[in-house]
Amino acid sequence: MIHSLFLINHLGDIFLEKHWKSVISRSVCDYFFEAREKAVDPENVPPVLQTPHHYLISIYRGKLFFLSVIQTEVPPLFVIEFLHRVADTFQDYFGGCSESVISDNVVIVYELLEEMLDNGFPLATESNVLKEMIRPPNILRSVVNTLTGGSNVGETLPQGQLSNIPWRRAGVKYTNNEAYFDVTEEIDAIVDKSGTTVSAEIQGVIEACVKLSGMPDLTMSFMNPRLLDDVSFHPCVRFRRWESERILSFIPPDGNFTLMTYHISSQNLVAIPVYVKQSISFFEAGSCGRLDITIGPKQTMGKTVEDLKVTVHMPKAVLNANLTASQGNYTYDFTTKLLVWDIGKLNPQKLPNLRGSLSMQTGVPNPEENPSLNIDLKIQQLAISGLKVSRLDMYGETYKPFKGVKYVTKAGKFQVRT
Amino acid sequence: MTDSKYFTTTKKGEIFELKAELNSDKKEKKKEAVKKVIASMTVGKDVSALFPDVVNCMQTDNLELKKLVYLYLMNYAKSQPDMAIMAVNTFVKDCEDPNPLIRALAVRTMGCIRVDKITEYLCEPLRKCLKDEDPYVRKTAAVCVAKLHDINAQLVEDQGFLDTLKDLISDSNPMVVANAVAALSEIAESHPNSNLMDLNPQTINKLLTALNECTEWGQIFILDCLANYTPRDDRESQSICERVTPRLSHANSAVVLSAVKVLMKFMEMLPKDLDYYGTLLKKLAPPLVTLLSAEPELQYVALRNINLIVQRRPEILKHEMKVFFVKYNDPIYVKLEKLDIMIRLASQANIAQVLAELKEYATEVDVDFVRKAVRAIGRCAIKVEQSAERCVSTLLDLIQTKVNYVVQEAIVVIKDIFRKYPNKYESVIATLCENLDSLDEPEARAAMIWIVGEYAERIDNADELLESFLEGFHDESTQVQLQLLTAIVKLFLKKPTETQELVQQVLSLATQDSDNPDLRDRGYIYWRLLSTDPVAAKEVVLAEKPLISEETDLIEPTLLEELICHIGTLASVYHKPPSAFVEGSRGVQHKRLPGSTESGESESPDTASAAAVSDAPPAVIPSQGDLLGDLLNLDLTPPTTTGPPPPASSGMQMGAMDLLGGGLDSLLGGDLGGSPAIGAGFGAPPAAMPASFSAPVSGGLDDLFDLGGGVGMPMGAYSAPKTVWLPALKAKGLEISGTFARRSGVIQMEMTLTNKAMSVMTDFAIQFNRNSFGLAPAGPLQVLTPLSPNQTIEVTLPLNTVGPVMKMEPLNNLQVAVKNNIDVFYFSCQYPISMLFVEDGKMERQVFLATWKDIPNDSEAQFQIKDCHLSSDAASNKLQGSNIFTIAKRTVDGQDMLYQSMKLTNGIWVLTEMRVQAGNPVYTVSLKCRAAEVSQWVFQSYEAVLKN
Repeated sequence: MIHSLFLINHLGDIFLEKHWKSVISRSVCDYFFEAREKAVDPENVPPVLQTPHHYLISIYRGKLFFLSVIQTEVPPLFVIEFLHRVADTFQDYFGGCSESVISDNVVIVYELLEEMLDNGFPLATESNVLKEMIRPPNILRSVVNTLTGGSNVGETLPQGQLSNIPWRRAGVKYTNNEAYFDVTEEIDAIVDKSGTTVSAEIQGVIEACVKLSGMPDLTMSFMNPRLLDDVSFHPCVRFRRWESERILSFIPPDGNFTLMTYHISSQNLVAIPVYVKQSISFFEAGSCGRLDITIGPKQTMGKTVEDLKVTVHMPKAVLNANLTASQGNYTYDFTTKLLVWDIGKLNPQKLPNLRGSLSMQTGVPNPEENPSLNIDLKIQQLAISGLKVSRLDMYGETYKPFKGVKYVTKAGKFQVRT
Repeated sequence: MTDSKYFTTTKKGEIFELKAELNSDKKEKKKEAVKKVIASMTVGKDVSALFPDVVNCMQTDNLELKKLVYLYLMNYAKSQPDMAIMAVNTFVKDCEDPNPLIRALAVRTMGCIRVDKITEYLCEPLRKCLKDEDPYVRKTAAVCVAKLHDINAQLVEDQGFLDTLKDLISDSNPMVVANAVAALSEIAESHPNSNLMDLNPQTINKLLTALNECTEWGQIFILDCLANYTPRDDRESQSICERVTPRLSHANSAVVLSAVKVLMKFMEMLPKDLDYYGTLLKKLAPPLVTLLSAEPELQYVALRNINLIVQRRPEILKHEMKVFFVKYNDPIYVKLEKLDIMIRLASQANIAQVLAELKEYATEVDVDFVRKAVRAIGRCAIKVEQSAERCVSTLLDLIQTKVNYVVQEAIVVIKDIFRKYPNKYESVIATLCENLDSLDEPEARAAMIWIVGEYAERIDNADELLESFLEGFHDESTQVQLQLLTAIVKLFLKKPTETQELVQQVLSLATQDSDNPDLRDRGYIYWRLLSTDPVAAKEVVLAEKPLISEETDLIEPTLLEELICHIGTLASVYHKPPSAFVEGSRGVQHKRLPGSTESGESESPDTASAAAVSDAPPAVIPSQGDLLGDLLNLDLTPPTTTGPPPPASSGMQMGAMDLLGGGLDSLLGGDLGGSPAIGAGFGAPPAAMPASFSAPVSGGLDDLFDLGGGVGMPMGAYSAPKTVWLPALKAKGLEISGTFARRSGVIQMEMTLTNKAMSVMTDFAIQFNRNSFGLAPAGPLQVLTPLSPNQTIEVTLPLNTVGPVMKMEPLNNLQVAVKNNIDVFYFSCQYPISMLFVEDGKMERQVFLATWKDIPNDSEAQFQIKDCHLSSDAASNKLQGSNIFTIAKRTVDGQDMLYQSMKLTNGIWVLTEMRVQAGNPVYTVSLKCRAAEVSQWVFQSYEAVLKN
């Protein structure tokens, strides 16, 4: 089971350590630092490392490494999932997950870690339960606590802990009862030089914000549930009901949660909302290059494409870019070699274009690799897969809740090769 | 108002200040002080000096303060055991608290204090908490048992906590069940044979019920536990699968992967024609694909596991090629894994797509990735024949880029393509030769040299090319040197007239100026071959090479089966069996997939018995180092590459083989008995051999036994049934079982060789380490035909006893090395000493009497043979079959006294007196021998012979 946890910042300093069994010397992290050195980029550090006596499993989140030490055979996914859960909990409690935020709340962090894991076994990881045991910091409470001598630790056993619905606490009361759902779809695509789609898939997620009193029992049905053949649910969803009727039936947790995620694979036809015409070339003589990018709408289902942004990771030899954008602004960062073109709204009548010359380092052979373009975009009020919620019903309670569903499509890992 | 204030220090000294604050009367101040202490602790500062002051704050009704003090205690109690005792009373009191939260907290913290003295006080509260009315307390207590077990296992067993824990599996609360399972699994891991997790259909049913209701983490523990169960039949297997499949839709990827493990294992038991089998296959793909959209760290673990799944059941993901396409901003560790799986999934149907992608990758920035991509193109060519042409032209395009490392990788893989499709793509050789100068990596240079040597007759200036390499011969790596030697010899055999000088030069470089034994020996062999019999040399050096197999670096089936049982664990990430690396797992059980309908009775469906089998094989000789000196010149070159077997292997193998004395002998004699592989007479190196070939002279220190031989004729000696000596898992798929027998006066080693690997095995040879009785093979191991996959062959190896002698422990231990085209494997086995009893072991009566008296009484050993119902005559006959001769018999008081003698191959006499009383199944044997060491083995032989 998970033995110890070290939090390491981007400079390689260990700024927090927690041991659930005996104390392990922090020198064990040296193996990690070695691997970190070797990997050059922090993203490339292998997540599972073997040392003579321990295994180090790490994740990289928000410029921090969460490094856990284990000694016996433990499913690595279990550890990685747990580490992400720890990071999520920090995010949830403190609104951020950086070194300064964690050091500012070190006592709560410590209490949380103690509450989340016992002897390496996860104890309470549901945010609802945790919040009842250890209250998140806020300014008002800290003032009150100082005056009254109160504490931020719950005195009673959270009720949800042991019921069959550990994710919901009892006795929830709201004056405004509301349930909102956000259907967000991200398109992961690789488009090749000629504009043909090499692969395209959709990662969908339904996020919910449910503030309903009592024990509401919700059902959600879709117009076209057949789209969903690869899904994963929040534990509250009754799987049998989904299997037999393709209806989501659940008693929701209180507050924000992810109801389900789904995946629409490349075997289905995935609509690609924009096309990109590009040419990036480097000339042998004169040590310069040319760049010309145009973006136009393709399958947008009649909606506007917003927040359009193109990022190009240039080869090392590119020193500067002298370009003109017909719309939006561009920046070129010399140190990271990142060209970012922020376009904004896509106007189908007047297609945005970026062109100009690239100055190259002299005396260096032409770059062999071709830079890939990364596209970011957003389309409001549309789930590109065509998924639509048809009904949302509530049972178990008598009041009438406010309900709402919002759709948005974004580009995930959307790459255009050149 | 943030916690960072706790980190500020003052001039006076932090500890001093904190001490004062901790002893303050104000509650608030105390709490703040404890918080400061905790803050210092989190950054690794030593605040253990404050122990008594902090512990004083423990008696409080403020829960937060109590928790903070507990946190501190857990960290420092170990370093202050005497002080920690101070806290015990409060713990015990808190365990009685009306608030379940405090009861649980107390028992939980107490378990974390790893101090022996405290554990004694923990037992009573723990016992109570395990039966607490509140499930929250029970589940905490369950984990506490695991903690306590870690500190003091004996105590836990004595106190009966394990039984209580087992009872908790039937608890009404699913959370308690999950934690009990988790605790039991952890305890079981450190006691693999304790049989703690006694899984039967009833408990399985309980677990499946709890599975639906407990938390995600609990589900992981339960699923992992389920995976250890072996269903009784396919019906049960199907019903478990049906109840596990909903877990595939869980948001937690660890749950998904554990569910995949259970399904992959239980699927083995389902008949393939069952509809449900197909449905299940279809259901497995989507969750695996979904895992790839998670965070990169999760992707990595998932990909390593998918790699295994694809090898076991390629049909699951055959349509999902596209999800493995690499994105340029994937972390490198994800890219490399994806590439691996792409090649595994490549087939005729999708090869065009795959090739286009690979070509794209070959122009990326990351060098490691580009290299692997180029290699992947070569692997595709070898795997999908239809695509070979396209692959070759893609590789040529890449060579035109002139990017150094791309060119080198391309040449290495083109060499493999030549091996797979001989005489098809040689037209590209010219292009390759143009790049000769840019090659600076040994592997690429070696590959290029191989190509030049192999196709020397088509390359006009082959001699010049090779000569150019020869200039810096001594600066090259061994790989290149060996390759160059072979290539030039090939060239010479093809164009003898103009290259005589060159070959002279390389042979002298290799034999005289090199101190690398491999190189020198290979040089000598070529030299001798060429000078003795050029025709034979041609046959050997230019022999037809076997084609390389399609699939490369597949995991051995036996290992794969085991790894499939470990999906989701570290073992699956490293692709090694847990026994190979998990520390502290004393004798990890080897898991096997349950026997599927088509796999015969050889695979026992019972994991317990599978484990028993794995326990049975004798210990493999531990370190190669010790053996190096002892084994006669056995070629110990490590396997050359893990990748596709390099064509060099033909040459290399050649060399390796030739090192085996007898082989060389037969080669020199020009007597090529079909395959050159038969060279296996390690035992008797011919006298004509260079010094380096001769056997290490036996130490002779332990020349307790004289060498001697026996001749005789009677038959009917007992031989034991065959046992597995070398399990396939340890020998890359080669399984050897065997026994010893003495037939017509000849000691024989009877072996069954089974090839459980994917590739053909050839070139078998065997050799013994020095042993107590000088056993050595009397001839080569006769495996004339290659052993194809799944084939079994019976071999009988006659032995003599003229080999070098060294006393072994145990006395009858025999260390054996077996070599094939893949590697050298070691095992040890024990032979029954009865096979050393020679046929002329019947002593004259007078001599017997004199000898019996002569041997002092204190070297007389006595033992009993129980449950033997033979009459004295029958026993006597039976023993005679094994060369134990009865010299005289007399009857005293209804007891038959048999006087027997036997002689070992090395001339040692053993004298016995056996007393048999009619109606009494217990025989008493008194034994006298000048070498008392053999007594117990002789006794064993008596047992074995009489009872069979």
